[in-house]
Amino acid sequence: MTLLTVQGLTRRFQGLVAVDSVDFAVQPGTVHGLIGPNGAGKTTLFNLVSGVLAPSAGSVRLGDQPLDGLPPYRRTALGLARTFQNIRIFSEMTVLENVMTGLHTRLSATWGILLRGPGFRAEERRAKAKARDLLAFVGLIDAADTRAGDLPYGDQRRLEIARALACEPRLVLLDEPAAGMNPAETHALLGLLRRLRDERGLTLLLVEHDMPLVMSLCDRLTVLNFGRRIADGTPAEVRAHPAVIEAYLGTGSHEVSVSRGAAS
Amino acid sequence: MWDALDDFYWTYQSLIHAIGVNGILALSVYVVLAVGQLSLGQAAFMGVGAYTGALLSVKFGVPFGVAMLASAVVPALLALVVGGPTLRLTGVYLAIATIGLGEITRIVFLNWDYAGGALGLSSIPERGGVVAIYGTLAVLLVGLTLVARSRVGRAMEAMREDEAAAGVMGVNLPRYRLVALVVSSAMAGVAGCLSAHVSSFIGPNEYGFEAAVTILSYALLGGIGSPLAPVLGSTILTLLPEVLRPLADFRLMVNGLIIVLAVLFMPRGILPWRIARTG
Ligand SMILES: Nc1ncnc2c1ncn2[C@@H]1O[C@H](COP(=O)(O)OP(=O)(O)OP(=O)(O)O)[C@@H](O)[C@H]1O
Ligand SMILES: [Mg+2]
Repeated sequence: MTLLTVQGLTRRFQGLVAVDSVDFAVQPGTVHGLIGPNGAGKTTLFNLVSGVLAPSAGSVRLGDQPLDGLPPYRRTALGLARTFQNIRIFSEMTVLENVMTGLHTRLSATWGILLRGPGFRAEERRAKAKARDLLAFVGLIDAADTRAGDLPYGDQRRLEIARALACEPRLVLLDEPAAGMNPAETHALLGLLRRLRDERGLTLLLVEHDMPLVMSLCDRLTVLNFGRRIADGTPAEVRAHPAVIEAYLGTGSHEVSVSRGAAS
Repeated sequence: MWDALDDFYWTYQSLIHAIGVNGILALSVYVVLAVGQLSLGQAAFMGVGAYTGALLSVKFGVPFGVAMLASAVVPALLALVVGGPTLRLTGVYLAIATIGLGEITRIVFLNWDYAGGALGLSSIPERGGVVAIYGTLAVLLVGLTLVARSRVGRAMEAMREDEAAAGVMGVNLPRYRLVALVVSSAMAGVAGCLSAHVSSFIGPNEYGFEAAVTILSYALLGGIGSPLAPVLGSTILTLLPEVLRPLADFRLMVNGLIIVLAVLFMPRGILPWRIARTG
């Protein structure tokens, strides 16, 4: 069964149609790439799916649960998580606290916070252990007690991934996770994302300008240009699609593989 | 000689009361600032609590505990009414709404004959005193420290740093904003009740805009990295005018200058230390 269904999704900003009646579906256990030139509407689409922005039209479903009109926190509780293109970690918090914040909907302490009974302490211990596991998974365990804002750029991106994973999602939206990473970091990231799919059975929706990474990782691709879906298919199909070649040539790059976006 | 000692004793006594009461007020505004909102209604909530408690004591002679409870509940209900519509929105709406609230409550007290109108309420029985004031302050300090070191504290700090990201992490933003405002108004109300019962008199002009700004400045000066910081801020700002008393006419100017310099050069407050957010 389809995990994410996007139908007729549209978002207008004044005169501009940033996302224009986009349809696509993400199958469970796959990495689905969402690509397109700068300004194509990829981040806006993420904002619509995660509930950060309200759509002008269209609908989004997670499994058979309609998400329309739900605030972001409800979508998170239902199994959606995301990272941000312009890194948005909580920079004053420690790295560990950032990840523990991602666990918010999976923790239930209320009065226990004031009473500090064994239930509260056990939950907090479990949360800490889970957060440490995730930090180990993304390779940041040694930085657990560092102030998050003091991390180097690439580490902040990995922290965002760990924090998103802490939400215990079924679907993770990753907005340019490799932006600003060096080739070694990008290579490690590729391995990490593969493991998320292959070992943890997670489903990823990936926006990325690094074409080698996209082509080697993604099971399926949806291509946007000027807010519209211009292609949808396997990486091989998409690469050969005339509209895609046209779109990328139109932005000034000569091959799909050289287009790389600046973080906005 | 005896007169002078007596004088000193009373000044001293009211200063000790003021430090405790202002500490509670500082914590009340901290609770709102800690979720990234701005309230200029703390003085109004304090006034509502003070009038609620004082009226119950003066007109009905209820036990002090009942007056305290009511002085927390009534402003909390008011906060619920004000907060409901404004907290769905973000930004400065709460600040603006609470300024309006302050003006409305002042006018109501001023024209409410039953509560003494412009003359205010006098002959409020002396209750609670130092023990109740500092007991309340201690309980709130401990409680807020425990809250800071939990999933709720993490959610609050996340909201303050990046509201949209906090929402995506699963924080129910409208609910957190509303609960913070309601808890904060109850705290301010209790501070009002405690202070009314050690000063024997309250008037409608004690809880205006100027008082609201003073309460806000406690947290600006002290910082909000931990619950201790705003209390340090309020203690300094309460003591400062006393310490500067020898400066006579320059007192207010120097007082203001110290606040401005502190805010300019210590944007995180005098106590920038940040409390850990894990339990
Ligand atoms: N809040 C907004 N208000 C007005 N216009 C916006 C807003 N957000 C995005 N846009 C516009 O919508 C279009 C799509 O932007 P979006 O950020 O979704 O593109 P993108 O595909 O993520 O691009 P990039 O690869 O550069 O990140 C752009 O023209 C952008 O200027
Ligand atoms: Mg983008």
